[in-house]
Amino acid sequence: MSTPAISMDVRRVGEKTAVVDIKGEVTAACEPVLMSAYEAAGGSATSRLVLNFGGLEYMNSGGIGMLVTLLVRANRQHQQLAAYGLSEHYREIFELTRLDEAITIYDSEESALNGAVR
Amino acid sequence: MNETTGTPGPDRVASAEQIGLSAREAAAIPPPEAARLAPRAAPPRDVASWARKIDRLEVDPREGVRGTNVAGRRLTGPVQGFGKMWQKTYRMNAGPDITPEQAIATWREHFPEFWPKGNRFAGALTGINPGDVALLDLAIGGGVKLSTGVFVLYADAESFTLMTPQGHMFAGWITFSAERSGDATMVQAQVLMRANDPLYEVSMVVAGHRKEDKFWTATLTALGQRLGVADPAVEVRSTCVDSRRQWRHTSNIWHNSMVRSVLQTLTFRRGVNAQPSG
Repeated sequence: MSTPAISMDVRRVGEKTAVVDIKGEVTAACEPVLMSAYEAAGGSATSRLVLNFGGLEYMNSGGIGMLVTLLVRANRQHQQLAAYGLSEHYREIFELTRLDEAITIYDSEESALNGAVR
Repeated sequence: MNETTGTPGPDRVASAEQIGLSAREAAAIPPPEAARLAPRAAPPRDVASWARKIDRLEVDPREGVRGTNVAGRRLTGPVQGFGKMWQKTYRMNAGPDITPEQAIATWREHFPEFWPKGNRFAGALTGINPGDVALLDLAIGGGVKLSTGVFVLYADAESFTLMTPQGHMFAGWITFSAERSGDATMVQAQVLMRANDPLYEVSMVVAGHRKEDKFWTATLTALGQRLGVADPAVEVRSTCVDSRRQWRHTSNIWHNSMVRSVLQTLTFRRGVNAQPSG
């Protein structure tokens, strides 16, 4: 398997929220990177995990599958998943795959952190 | 090299500032022209690989399949399904002589030919392309065909993904891919799914998982033979990703294509029997 061209940096915002800044290419190959980021985000201590897709350059269907796996882990811990920074193209992919019904999409980091309705 | 912008590529467009227009001159350019001259971010390179967004499936009639239970249906991913979530991987070593691109090109072009006997896949004549809808008739025993369909969600040179509609046995997607691993090319089909409703969930436990394993093993074996693999061996790996059932999606049973296909078959047979003979 090729080395994933991706970086995922974790920022804690308050006690119960973490933001993952995703930069690069989201494919099935980057599952270990995403799961490491998930662990770094605090595991079960975090109640809200916000994915920042502002640096997303490429995503294939394997990447979408990987996000479903992350969603299952988050649901198991009763954590909410949110996303922002998606371009129109990637927002449409979330809608097409109906992933947006489980990962709420916001227009900005501020609204994603507050959980405001977009 | 483009002389105006100093950047390679014939398609790069210079901004008004770069070609020496004053702000007033730039403002005076009609909006469409200004928009044409303004620099634009390049679209991601995956744009052509994804299907365009749709809300409900539209289908054209295809020869050789019943074509029911697809038109007007919504797509369903693992999020919308009912049963336990499974990731099932069917993997085959295609040997050193075939590249991943060759394997996927063959698979995309001749996809229906690799299906086990008794099952029909009626897709576009041009092969597998993003946004296509294929109609399926699947043998489920007793002379009944389960009529459903699939949607081509994604396709590129090294992979393609099919997504299922409401009423299909499972909610999810199947990704077909190939990659180089050491000296050989590995080809795989990976299903990420939940049974769509309680009835399908029971069917999957009783016989569905076993049937599905047989189906994709036979498909990969047929592909391997086409690719010239002497003795194709398929490795099967199943992982339960989520053991919880999503009871809030029980009502998916309304769309169940197996029940509807049985009713459609009975209705058709009754219609044939009711016709006056001679």
